[in-house]
Amino acid sequence: MPCLENFYWTFGPASSIKTLHDSIESGFAALENELRRKAMNEILPTFPKGGVHPHESKALSERLAIETLPLPEEVDIPLIQHFGAPCKPLVAKKDQVREGDLVGEVEGGLGAHIHASVTGTVKSIGSAASPVSVTSPAITIQTDPDAEPRAYAPSDWKDLPREVLLSRVKKAGIVGLGGAGFPTHVKLSPPPEAKVDTLIINGVECEPYLTTDHRLMLEHPEEIIEGAKIILSILGINRCHIGIEANKMDAVELMSKTVADQASDRFQFTVHALKVKYPQGSEKQLIESITSRRVPGFGLPFDVGVVVQNTGTTKAIYDAVALEKPLYEKVITISGKGIQRQANLRVRIGTRLGDIAAYLGGTTPDLSKIVMGGPMTGFSVSTLDIPVIKTTSGALFLTEDEIDTRPHSQCIRCGWCVDVCPMGLSPNDIGIYVEAGRAEDTEQFGVFECFECGCCAYVCPAKRPLVQFIRLAKMKAKK
Amino acid sequence: MGDQSLWTVSISPHVKSRESVEKIMWTVVACLIPPLILSVFIFGFQTLIITAISVASCVVTEAISQKALRRPVTIRDGSAVITGILLAYVIPPGVPYWMPVLGAVVAIFVTKHLMGGIGFNIFNPALVGRAFLMATYPVAMTSAWLQPIRDASIFKYMGPGVDAVSTATPLYVLKHYGLGALIEKFGSLTTIYGNFFIGWRPGCIGETSVLLLVIGGLFLIYKGYITWHIPVSVVVSVGFFTWLFGGEGFFNGNPLLAVMSGGVPLGAIYMATDYVTSPNQKKAQLVFGAGVGALTVLIRLKGGYPEGVAYAILLMNTLTPALDSWFKPERFAPPKGAIQ
Repeated sequence: MPCLENFYWTFGPASSIKTLHDSIESGFAALENELRRKAMNEILPTFPKGGVHPHESKALSERLAIETLPLPEEVDIPLIQHFGAPCKPLVAKKDQVREGDLVGEVEGGLGAHIHASVTGTVKSIGSAASPVSVTSPAITIQTDPDAEPRAYAPSDWKDLPREVLLSRVKKAGIVGLGGAGFPTHVKLSPPPEAKVDTLIINGVECEPYLTTDHRLMLEHPEEIIEGAKIILSILGINRCHIGIEANKMDAVELMSKTVADQASDRFQFTVHALKVKYPQGSEKQLIESITSRRVPGFGLPFDVGVVVQNTGTTKAIYDAVALEKPLYEKVITISGKGIQRQANLRVRIGTRLGDIAAYLGGTTPDLSKIVMGGPMTGFSVSTLDIPVIKTTSGALFLTEDEIDTRPHSQCIRCGWCVDVCPMGLSPNDIGIYVEAGRAEDTEQFGVFECFECGCCAYVCPAKRPLVQFIRLAKMKAKK
Repeated sequence: MGDQSLWTVSISPHVKSRESVEKIMWTVVACLIPPLILSVFIFGFQTLIITAISVASCVVTEAISQKALRRPVTIRDGSAVITGILLAYVIPPGVPYWMPVLGAVVAIFVTKHLMGGIGFNIFNPALVGRAFLMATYPVAMTSAWLQPIRDASIFKYMGPGVDAVSTATPLYVLKHYGLGALIEKFGSLTTIYGNFFIGWRPGCIGETSVLLLVIGGLFLIYKGYITWHIPVSVVVSVGFFTWLFGGEGFFNGNPLLAVMSGGVPLGAIYMATDYVTSPNQKKAQLVFGAGVGALTVLIRLKGGYPEGVAYAILLMNTLTPALDSWFKPERFAPPKGAIQ
């Protein structure tokens, strides 16, 4: 800013002017950066309808490198962890198990294997608290602290046939780590009539607070690209898009660089910086943002020729295929102002929240809510005995000033929920019908297309629990 | 850590925006205060008293109604305060002090709470209050106009003898005597535009200052509490139809005068935009606003009253449920055969 410099030179004493000039200049630079970031965000690709921008709260943990939690004394491995049939235990009380051993299996039907996450003794097969179903049958393993950790070495997978790659994914018990936990081997076996031509790696991580995928992309970019290549080989296609929200430009740059370094004729990679807007990471919204294709209601990404995999899942696929390592540990974000120290932690499946909290110095006195997952879609829990499962993306310890517990009031028909609904539904009408005892009649508002992203309840000035109303409506309308 | 701790458990989302009904309502109240202060200097101190009585009556009526109907009392949310202010703003500045009390009971008890309370009223409460007063006390409501004060003597109209100084509104002059008479009474067109823009003209308490009403409206748009769709479509529609039909022959009316006079700015920005009684979808809002404008001009030109904004809004309120069902948001690829 040369004109400013001249101004000071002419009108003030030189010594103090330098600092003043510097601070003004850095202020301008910060403002300019901020404005540029905002302006850029506006022109980035995104989904056209709806969405919100909650406070990101990612600064609490986005710069913290992934650290590994010491092995807990015990783990509870729930036999129900996600969508699909529950597992049947393959071990009995007092059995010795090694980390990575298969301990639970699904008999037919949709599901995924479960492996021991520590080496030790099966203490009991009973029930444990579960983040998805209140309680779940679970295998409790007492850790043997002196056991040698199991070692895995990468092997070349490139010449293996498609079936072998897929069976390694299935054997490793991988499910979608981003949310619902759909078994990955099923997702990678499109029906013959589907013409899949595109893979999308979901590095959006649009939920506030969560920084797991961000850290994975910064610390394991090669493995993620390698994992994407494995998926492309299984699907027999060559087109891969990587979508990342523009609040992670370091990840965008690193992934772009990695892609360029590993360029080959066989695979085409494109890294996209996407507009920062929740729920950008929702499958349907992400597919539309990148490919302009719309997955029809009750349809699957297959229907528009797309397969989406989350970054964490892609890394797990690399582990499963190249290292032949089952999925029994994962990186989760521990954040919120209600815990002494925030972290991105690599933990074993089955680790209880209490052990994690103790490692991080305990909770703060003003802790008021604990959420498994992100703040927009996660489950609040009432006990620290809950174990981490495959689909856990984080655990948030939130204080009173981070949450909103104001009571709700009547709908004032402002229509904000209608404006932000990415599916074009009318949450206001659904809520009013449910309150009036007419939940069965809400199908006309498309209640079954709702994927419960929570945008409506987020903006509602009357603080109405619209997601709760919608879940109720779904239950009643199904009957 | 304490094993005895009780943590909140509730359904997602766990973070919510900082907006609330209270924040919206009290922001609207704040936007309505500057015209009130100006009205004291235009029509005298009694505008403040009338508004205070109106607000107090609305709040008290709300509390009693909610108690009587065994509903939670929500007078803190500010919505009754807005109704009170708007009711005062649409009555003439020379009315007796008991009139807003009657209007408030009709607005809050009958129009709002008997319909189910906030969110369920079909009609704009303040406008029903005004319509009721128009029907029951037509003389006071159509003749208690005051000549704007020029010398800051704000207590001039207090006390007995108010009727003696009553005047006519510009729209009344325009309707019955034409543009020539208007210019004769209120000065050249440039003077009229200037005075009307600031607010120095006979009219209802809070409707006269285009400047302050627009500033408040722009602030509400900036805050995201209202969008431009309804105000702009009302103003464009009033201007267009006045231009088309409002003069000698066609395309000869004065649109600028039409949108600056009567209750157009107040109605377009603060009353037609009421969440409860206007449609949700932007396209529906444009139709709604255009309808308000067209009906306003129809009443002004062909009806018995010189002004029609209030009735135009009330008439369009009845169409809101239909507009809401005609204009639905665009669904994201609904499944085949879905009911829509």
